[in-house]
Amino acid sequence: MEFIKNIVESVKPNFDKGGKLEKYWPVFDGLETFLFVPGHATSKGAHIRDGIDLKRTMVTVILALVPCLLFGMYNVGYQHFLAIGESAEFIDMVIYGAIRVLPLVIVSYGVGLGIEFLFCIKNGHSIQEGFLVSGMLIPLIMPVEVPLWMVAAATAFAVVFGKEVFGGTGMNILNPALTARAFLFFAYPTKMSGNSVWISTDGMQTVDGYTGATALGNAVEQGVAGIPPYLDAIIGIIPGSVGETSVIACLIGAVILIASGIGSWRIMLSMLIGGYVMGYLFNMWGANSYMEIPAHHQLMLGGFFFGMVFMATDPVSAAQTNTGKWVYGFFCGLLGIMIRVFNPAYPEGIMMAILFMNVMAPLIDHYVVQGNISKRLKRAQAIA
Amino acid sequence: MAKNVKISRGVDINLVGKAEEKLGAIDSTTVALKPTDFHGVIPKLEVKEGDEVKAGTPLFHDKANENTKFVSPVSGEVVEVVRGAKRRILEVRLLADKETKFENFDVSGVNSADKAGIIEILQRGGQWPLIKKRPFDVMAGANEDPKAIFISAFDSSPLAPNYNFILKDRATDLQTGIDALAKLTKGAVNIVTRGDKGVFSGLNNCTIHSIAGPHPAGNVGVQIHHIEPLNKGEIVWTINVQDLAAIGSFLNTGKIQNSRVLAMTGAEVKAPQYYSVVLGSSVESLSKGNINDNARFISGNVLTGDKIEAAGYLGYYHHQVTAIREDHEAEFFGWVAPGFDKFSLSKTFFSWAMPNKKYNLGTGIHGEERAFVMTGQYEKVFPFDIYPVQLLKSIIINDIEQMENLGIYEVAPEDFALCEFGCTSKINSQEIVRNGLDLIIKELS
Repeated sequence: MEFIKNIVESVKPNFDKGGKLEKYWPVFDGLETFLFVPGHATSKGAHIRDGIDLKRTMVTVILALVPCLLFGMYNVGYQHFLAIGESAEFIDMVIYGAIRVLPLVIVSYGVGLGIEFLFCIKNGHSIQEGFLVSGMLIPLIMPVEVPLWMVAAATAFAVVFGKEVFGGTGMNILNPALTARAFLFFAYPTKMSGNSVWISTDGMQTVDGYTGATALGNAVEQGVAGIPPYLDAIIGIIPGSVGETSVIACLIGAVILIASGIGSWRIMLSMLIGGYVMGYLFNMWGANSYMEIPAHHQLMLGGFFFGMVFMATDPVSAAQTNTGKWVYGFFCGLLGIMIRVFNPAYPEGIMMAILFMNVMAPLIDHYVVQGNISKRLKRAQAIA
Repeated sequence: MAKNVKISRGVDINLVGKAEEKLGAIDSTTVALKPTDFHGVIPKLEVKEGDEVKAGTPLFHDKANENTKFVSPVSGEVVEVVRGAKRRILEVRLLADKETKFENFDVSGVNSADKAGIIEILQRGGQWPLIKKRPFDVMAGANEDPKAIFISAFDSSPLAPNYNFILKDRATDLQTGIDALAKLTKGAVNIVTRGDKGVFSGLNNCTIHSIAGPHPAGNVGVQIHHIEPLNKGEIVWTINVQDLAAIGSFLNTGKIQNSRVLAMTGAEVKAPQYYSVVLGSSVESLSKGNINDNARFISGNVLTGDKIEAAGYLGYYHHQVTAIREDHEAEFFGWVAPGFDKFSLSKTFFSWAMPNKKYNLGTGIHGEERAFVMTGQYEKVFPFDIYPVQLLKSIIINDIEQMENLGIYEVAPEDFALCEFGCTSKINSQEIVRNGLDLIIKELS
């Protein structure tokens, strides 16, 4: 530790003002503060400060994502061996899955952080931590068979047009990870839907009767009869994007986020209520077999829980006021299920709904804040 | 009508180094009056280096109002006028006599005096600067018409002094002070206690409220907000409760009360207890033998106080000094460490498992400044019906109309201290609020 510190201290002058590598200061600073939380002392305002910083916050979110990542690896392997009809040990499944999933993670981080570094060098800003989470979210919402170059293109698009053009971390309107997913969905629709992308088969022959369709794909055609059993959907051994299938893994993440105070329980709860209400209304309506899927079963399918725990709660793109969070979450759930059922071409209605509500969030906040303002004005008038 | 208020948003930060309820006294041979303690005042000197003064002799007055005198706390010699950039006066330093000689002020007419009369006496005796106002958290103006006067009878900030201990024998002075202040407002003199009224229970001519809950329950701004909220154009005057007793003592005796009892607190203080000291005492006199070397010396509390160098002097409005560890060391992978010794409003450090632990916190920022990312964090420690982040953003973009709409007149920098403490993005919100208030003062004048 002293040893690393000495190395850092010895190369530091090169990056300081006037040093020959001055331009690359943001990169150096990013690495230095990654290794050592700076020992800066307070110079104005409160003399003592909370131990938390943005790095700690982001790391907590990544920690909450780990169950989803690990289960995703297992499930990729599980689905693979199921599809080709071979039996395999648990460890084989995990290893196979890791081999398929880790490249997605590496490409996402490599491209995303690379672009962030470029922007920071160009602007002379220190590196902000926002992408640490986005970089993990992106691979977890990809189909496992997506080509790596598409992940790279989507990540680049998300970082540049989803975030940097607005001013970087904290300034973006849309959730960057969902922006990446939406980019692929619209730019390469044939690659991102259908039955072949969800299962990694390595070109091997699948067993008879295995379609590789996701639960939502089946639900459109066969309704209740087509979806996997309730328990399978909760555990997550069903085809789908890498990290989204397991409700249990998502709930472990939710517990970490809520207990640490980093994720908003208001958004999660209201989104759950919103989704359930919509599902229940469809049950009452029952116009087609898709609508007849019980609301509690409907919510366990697709990316509902993953979106609820990790996407809708992104503090930057969500509503910021506590009242606004209730409204925002409720409509994320409501619209997500509505889009999914009304338009079978968009099985990932959750993604659409959250992106749409990201855009609406400032409007919701505006009305909440306006309510506070008019309350204050009324109080003044009552006295005058 | 007396109100009982309960707030739930806020937090008590448990620190090591609470003052024991034992009173000592410390003399300071040099003292200083710092014009910088009086926000917005441009000082005009009335003395020069070498002049002999008594306790109560004006040292300078406010350029905007000649009647507002700032008087010497001790008798002795003016040894130095310390100036900073653009010849701004930073300190007027005095060498104190062994025996303090007091100016005698004629206070005989105080019982029959009207508002103007009371203000005249207070200004002449240099007691006027003790009264501050909301909005803006600056010295009150003599020509204003406050709708009420609010006095917080307790301090809830970390390691705060217990005024029930400090003022236990001062009921007469408090009553005289209240009687004088009551003539200054058409409304009531409101005293807000924490429920245990103590010395305040027998006071007349005032309304005694109570408020329960964590810090910042003791902030007078919070109390005003919950008892009689301020609207645009209205003014409330406030005064620290020990300063109120000082005014009372002045009106009873005709001599200024030049000393205050302050709590010496913090982990770096060897024996934390209460001391009676002269206003503007030197840090040297206080820290010698009491405080460990290399500690940070804070005049005030850890959230809102001023950092004072070893050669500096106490602040005029402070009733507490705190000494805490100065941090320099970078932490290897500090952002993943479990952090049993770190206090956090979030539960990302395992210290949350020990709710009653007393912390020895240093001056480390534990991170770097970032854009606003987290939401809902400030609201947890901000017991106002105001949106704090939205208000800060309106200040950052200098949008005065929006600041007014969002309620800037109800807040003071100190009300944002806990937001600043708990901020993930390490944003200095007290400074932002001060800038916003100053901008409005400038635009309105």
